[in-house]
Amino acid sequence: MTDNSIIKLTAAETARRIAAGELTAVEVTEAHLARIEAVDEKVHAFLHVDREGALAQAREVDAKRARGEELGPLAGVPLALKDIFTTRSMPTTVGSKILEGWIPPYDATLTKRLKDADVVILGKTNMDEFAMGSSTENSAYGPTGNPWDLTRIPGGSGGGSSAALASFQAPLAIGTDTGGSIRQPAAVTATVGVKPTYGAVSRYGMVAFSSSLDQGGPCARTVLDAALLHEAIAGHDPLDSTSIDAPVPPVVEAARNGSVQGMRVGVVRQFRGEGYQAGVVQRFEESVGLLKELGAEVVELDCPSFDLALAAYYLIAPSECSSNLARFDAMRYGLRVGDDGTRSAEDVTSLTREAGFGAEVKRRIMLGTYALSSGYYDAYYGSAQKVRTLITRDFEKAFEQVDVIVSPTTPTTAFPIGERADDPMAMYLADLCTIPTNLAGNAAMSLPCGLAPEDGLPVGLQIIAPAMKDDRLYKVGAAVEAAFVERWGHTLLEEAPSL
Amino acid sequence: MPGITREEVAHLARLARLELSGEELDHFAGQLDDIIGAVARVSEVADQDVPPTSHPLPLTNVMRADEVRPSLTPEQALSGAPAQEQQRFKVPQILGEE
Amino acid sequence: MTVTDLVSYEDALASYDPVMGLEVHVELGTKTKMFCGCSTELGAQPNAQTCPTCLGLPGSLPVVNATGVESAVKIGLALHCEIAEWCRFARKNYFYPDMPKNFQTSQYDEPIAFDGYLDVQLEDGEVFRVEIERAHMEEDTGKSTHVGGATGRIHGASHSLLDYNRAGIPLIEIVTKPITGAGERAPEVAKAYVAELRELIRALGVSEARMEMGQMRCDVNLSLMPKGSERFGTRSETKNVNSLRSVERAARFEIQRHAAVLSSGGSIVQETRHFHEDDGSTTSGRVKEEAEDYRYFPEPDLVPVAPPRAWVEELRATLPELPRLRRNRLREEWGVPALEMQAILNAGAVDLIAATVEAGARPAAARKWWMGELARSANESGRSLDELDITPAQVARIAELVAAGELNDKLARQVIVGVLAGEGDPDTVVEKRGLKVVSDDGALGAAVDEAIAGNAAVADKIRGGKVAAVGALVGAVMKTTRGQADAARVKELILQRLGVEG
Ligand SMILES: [Mg+2]
Ligand SMILES: [Zn+2]
Repeated sequence: MTDNSIIKLTAAETARRIAAGELTAVEVTEAHLARIEAVDEKVHAFLHVDREGALAQAREVDAKRARGEELGPLAGVPLALKDIFTTRSMPTTVGSKILEGWIPPYDATLTKRLKDADVVILGKTNMDEFAMGSSTENSAYGPTGNPWDLTRIPGGSGGGSSAALASFQAPLAIGTDTGGSIRQPAAVTATVGVKPTYGAVSRYGMVAFSSSLDQGGPCARTVLDAALLHEAIAGHDPLDSTSIDAPVPPVVEAARNGSVQGMRVGVVRQFRGEGYQAGVVQRFEESVGLLKELGAEVVELDCPSFDLALAAYYLIAPSECSSNLARFDAMRYGLRVGDDGTRSAEDVTSLTREAGFGAEVKRRIMLGTYALSSGYYDAYYGSAQKVRTLITRDFEKAFEQVDVIVSPTTPTTAFPIGERADDPMAMYLADLCTIPTNLAGNAAMSLPCGLAPEDGLPVGLQIIAPAMKDDRLYKVGAAVEAAFVERWGHTLLEEAPSL
Repeated sequence: MPGITREEVAHLARLARLELSGEELDHFAGQLDDIIGAVARVSEVADQDVPPTSHPLPLTNVMRADEVRPSLTPEQALSGAPAQEQQRFKVPQILGEE
Repeated sequence: MTVTDLVSYEDALASYDPVMGLEVHVELGTKTKMFCGCSTELGAQPNAQTCPTCLGLPGSLPVVNATGVESAVKIGLALHCEIAEWCRFARKNYFYPDMPKNFQTSQYDEPIAFDGYLDVQLEDGEVFRVEIERAHMEEDTGKSTHVGGATGRIHGASHSLLDYNRAGIPLIEIVTKPITGAGERAPEVAKAYVAELRELIRALGVSEARMEMGQMRCDVNLSLMPKGSERFGTRSETKNVNSLRSVERAARFEIQRHAAVLSSGGSIVQETRHFHEDDGSTTSGRVKEEAEDYRYFPEPDLVPVAPPRAWVEELRATLPELPRLRRNRLREEWGVPALEMQAILNAGAVDLIAATVEAGARPAAARKWWMGELARSANESGRSLDELDITPAQVARIAELVAAGELNDKLARQVIVGVLAGEGDPDTVVEKRGLKVVSDDGALGAAVDEAIAGNAAVADKIRGGKVAAVGALVGAVMKTTRGQADAARVKELILQRLGVEG
């Protein structure tokens, strides 16, 4: 068995072989660490690799097996963790200089669950600073390359996680999705990413960007792998007041029984038009055709308030972030700049935030401060919250008619690094199709649906389900995935250039 | 909606504790003006009789029992402190009182 | 400190009507903080009662303390407030190093309790109704120590040290509506209101509300309007006025200061002011270049609180009798005049006397010991009555011994001294110190004979019908028995020996 054959395995197959004794967890971990060593200088998916910690975890899995203990469905499988979840054994920077070197004194609930599931955490992945961005260019630690073309963006904010998957540095990864930060990176790297229903995955220990929108979720190369990871990280957490206190939907079962036979699939009028790349539209339409072939009924839907989603999002997310990021004040942890013994705490706070935050973070803090300030609150924040209600109602009406909604995940394929770096308005358009779901709190997935003919880059298909019906994503996703793989004769990632 | 002025941007920066340079003020003033111009669209719904949504899930009354849980040790609490003294966080002089 | 011109209180009130607003913060006595499970126990090492949540560490989240909400509802109900059917927490955004998240989790336009009142009784018995605007839940800040300044004050300090043990302790903020119509009695109303609120909080058992320990803190907002006007003037906000006496003094000072400014043609600046215990004055706080903009918005990390009606009614049914009504009932039961009852209240003795009566003492006796010997002792040791090492049951036992004639007042005082000194319960002290009254005729007979023999002239007077002179002989007996004799019995014996009818 060569290393290459290990790193290309799915998570499900890796776990099966470890449990069966065909592979050891240490072998698997070493293979991935070797891959990271070989390619990550080019990709820059990781901000921190915990070689020793990962091997120790792997040894523990092998010891458990040797003791005859039953192993969980992901035991020994390596994972790349977005650097937004706190970890006691590794730094947590959130892609920001203001937290450089910070080692949290506590583990996030998600971190704990991964450890409890014997998932081997390889390290922490790169991201747009505080998850603000769609390209990972906003990381204070430099951009990540898209394994399909290293001069292009891997999506964002979770570009490190998507790039790690697409370059076979890890079979599993964790992302967070506030406006599309799991799905858009998945789309542009031909991987699978799921934003679960808001409240499905605990936010305790996940550094907050926009509390009412943020949601952690699974990233993988197959729908089944995503489902296995989903099941490992989801579930009620008493430390998160917004956590859903109900059983996790049967996502793994759904992923093992993919089908769209007899399902009604909605296509939303508002998810097309100007700004969509021709090849993206073409692959999306083919996907809709495929769904019909597989036995789904396609229904045209009108969701008029979706047109206001982007505007509402760029008020709500900055508002919440302006408050969430106020704690970075140089007093208790993180960077402190300008404390020369003569300056006041207030001045040191201002100097530190100026030096420690990047341009996009500052821009959003200012925007949020503006939207919440007296005199503007009603017109901006208040109206945005009303739009949120209207979008939720549009979804409710739509889901009376259909079981799931489909759309392109993002209007274009991966754009070149630097192209939109100082054009926030252009950058924000990347999340046009993903944002309504965050505002309403329901669930969505992105999975590969082909390459755009004009640039040969991956296109993502978004599937949207009602809140708490996350299993539908996996049922539909698994069916679409199987049909595409059959049509292509292989997974899309097989076509990615070798690094 | 009226556009945002450089002075307003400077005011926001003070509120948000950001020591922006003059160059940044100019740059942000232009960008924020564009963004605000675009997002101001939401006020189309301002006079609609719709309840605002602050929380995506309709949960209420999530509470915990008044039972003590272990705290961090002072060493852990102070582990990330830029400066400390007498087991307390050491911070520059504080102006004024709230 | 700048010298502030004042006009006399009388002159001020002749031209202006004061309008007051009182904001009281009460620290709840819950076991844990408002949004995390850290202990609230006093006396811990610095930063030993902190966790990711109350330190505001990245990624941490709050979860509401159920007892905090219950206490808020109880306070709301006791203040005759409406209890919100649905309300949210809000973030109050401003930067300050003692506040870990740089926002305070509070409530804004949806307080849990609103529109109530508290009737307070003034010293002369007049009842004044103070309308309550709202009572809402929030959290306390950490504590800063200023180092390097001459006086440990914030000004001139080189740096500060922060302890976040207090950060996140539950607070209930109770805000009155503008109090008008109190006229010259405004300062007295302010004091009576805070006192009554404190009694109420204690009666509810939600906090000990010790002002001297910062468990209850008061901000006094005050403005004047010219007599006859209905338009409120600009107000000043005097922060952290932390004793009943200070509340009264601060209101009085501000009335005089405002009047001085206004009558000299000046205008009042809306500002926060600091109260100085030493001379009862207030001084201007830091003048802010820009008005504070707190950018309140609903706290997304906490879900709404919707107290079920049935639960609210359950809590209403368990409310204790309101302190003012209870005091009036007890006053009648004990048969004391209003002024004395006020003194009992001021001494913090109402509950102690009630408990002593409950334990079997007659009200007069209970009052006598608590307001007499024990009040003196507390005064001398600088403690409050309830901090003395004696229980109402022990006081009741002493009263019982006196009533049974086994102790006289003088001996009883010695027993009290013994109990306070930790010598044991009253019976043990009586035993150990040998303090029993001597009423045994055999033991007294010799002393009586001795007294008659030694005071022949007095004895003759008595024989001659001047019975009142017996006091001198009783005194002599008491002296030889070192006060342990039963005085009544001694008198009987003397009169018997001298053949005179008592
Ligand atoms: Mg307050
Ligand atoms: Zn805590």
